[in-house]
Amino acid sequence: MHKLLRLVLPILLLSVSVSTAAKIIKEERSLYRNIFVEDKENVRCLKFSVKRQSSNQSCIYIDDEYKLVFDYTKFIMSTLVFKPDPQRVLIIGLGGGTLSNSLLHMYPNIEIDNVEIDPAVVKVAVDYFNFKQTDKVKSHVKDGRIFIKRALKKQPRYDFIILDAFNGEYIPEHLLTAEFLQESQQLLTDDGILVANTFSSSDLYHHESATYHHVFGDFYTLVNRRLNGNRIIVIDNSTLSDAQFEQNKKSLARKLSEFDIDLEGVLATLKLEEKHVSDYKILTDQYSPANLL
Amino acid sequence: MKSGKHNLLIYFLAFSCGFSIMGIELLAGRILAPYFGSSVHVWGSIITVFMLALSLGYLLGGKLSLHHPSLYKFGSLFIFSGLALLPLAYYSIPLLELVFEHIEDSRYGSLLASMGLFFIPTIILGMISPYSVRLLVSHQEESGQVAGRLYFVSTLGSALGTLATSFYLVMWFNVNSIILSFCGILIVLGILALGVAQSRNVSLQHA
Repeated sequence: MHKLLRLVLPILLLSVSVSTAAKIIKEERSLYRNIFVEDKENVRCLKFSVKRQSSNQSCIYIDDEYKLVFDYTKFIMSTLVFKPDPQRVLIIGLGGGTLSNSLLHMYPNIEIDNVEIDPAVVKVAVDYFNFKQTDKVKSHVKDGRIFIKRALKKQPRYDFIILDAFNGEYIPEHLLTAEFLQESQQLLTDDGILVANTFSSSDLYHHESATYHHVFGDFYTLVNRRLNGNRIIVIDNSTLSDAQFEQNKKSLARKLSEFDIDLEGVLATLKLEEKHVSDYKILTDQYSPANLL
Repeated sequence: MKSGKHNLLIYFLAFSCGFSIMGIELLAGRILAPYFGSSVHVWGSIITVFMLALSLGYLLGGKLSLHHPSLYKFGSLFIFSGLALLPLAYYSIPLLELVFEHIEDSRYGSLLASMGLFFIPTIILGMISPYSVRLLVSHQEESGQVAGRLYFVSTLGSALGTLATSFYLVMWFNVNSIILSFCGILIVLGILALGVAQSRNVSLQHA
């Protein structure tokens, strides 16, 4: 018996450690960064660095296609309460394509333009994260700023714009300036909303607030206390009445629960940030040292 | 003015020229980013244009130094370079818009825009180094040492211009303020050289 235990125990321990250990299943080197796909238990993540735990860019549950892993994606999906019937969506920054997939699942007829600078990210999203592309859901390999400038020359407008291009390690500084936000604003329909995922810490937080206030006036934020410094900024062009807002909340709560979103809980963190005089300089194409702040 | 001080002035001017060239080159990335992004090919365009302009500038500066080289002409080069940089602060956006409108590929777009914005001022700045050598060399046997010293100060200037601009100046000032400061410094240094040239002429006539 003792002998048997000595034989079996290591195998048992090994199998336990194997099942919980993180395993890199794909490595892709691109012009911009290294990309890793890591499986750990039932979660698969897209990472830009193996060492740092915080470098998870996008994660999915391997056994549940629609359940969302990250709070920030849940927060962004919750902003549908401001715009429960989006027709044309622009997403800057693809990651694993989670937002695009979720929106397509909720609205099978939706049109989505996903813009991603790195072709390797698109490839990994398709191969490992089941990023779905149809004739209405497309990905464009382009710098976000260039895509928006080109789109302005044509006519189409978007009623839901999601800015999700910051990965927390390096900020593309030309995507954080007042001019960029003004260009994005011009792409919005009259009743469209713009949602930005910004991780903001240090002084950058204040510069960023000043910049958003300068371009949009008041805005809403959804802030996650558990995540360090993530905040979702919501620009709502429509004049939604309280009654309509409550109505939207009711009609969306059940649909969103499929993504593991507690809408009531998320909206409890909703705050109106009123425009105020700020001591912080706004970020512009002339002044954009975002990575130094 | 003694020739030692005169030489020091030329070395200092060459240092400032190196400082401005790299300062402007770094700002070029900032200026192009809203229209062409900041990928490696945009930096490729910028560096290509600067290297091309400098190589032509060296050629032209050397040629210019053959005909009656003087501190007066040397100072004028600085004033011209400062003036040639001025449009960068005022007309870069219309030029970028125009290129953006007509060229879809951001590689060739950034190349053409860099050409339009930086080619001419960088040629003039490139003329300064060989011209400095001509003014500094008085005997054939010291020419190598003079050239070595000149490369030393101007490249040291470039290193410091790169560092100061990318670490601090962009954090403290607007891009246009930095450009206008470079213009101002180059023009003031040019006028200083003209003044020294003038006073040397006067003192030579009196001697």
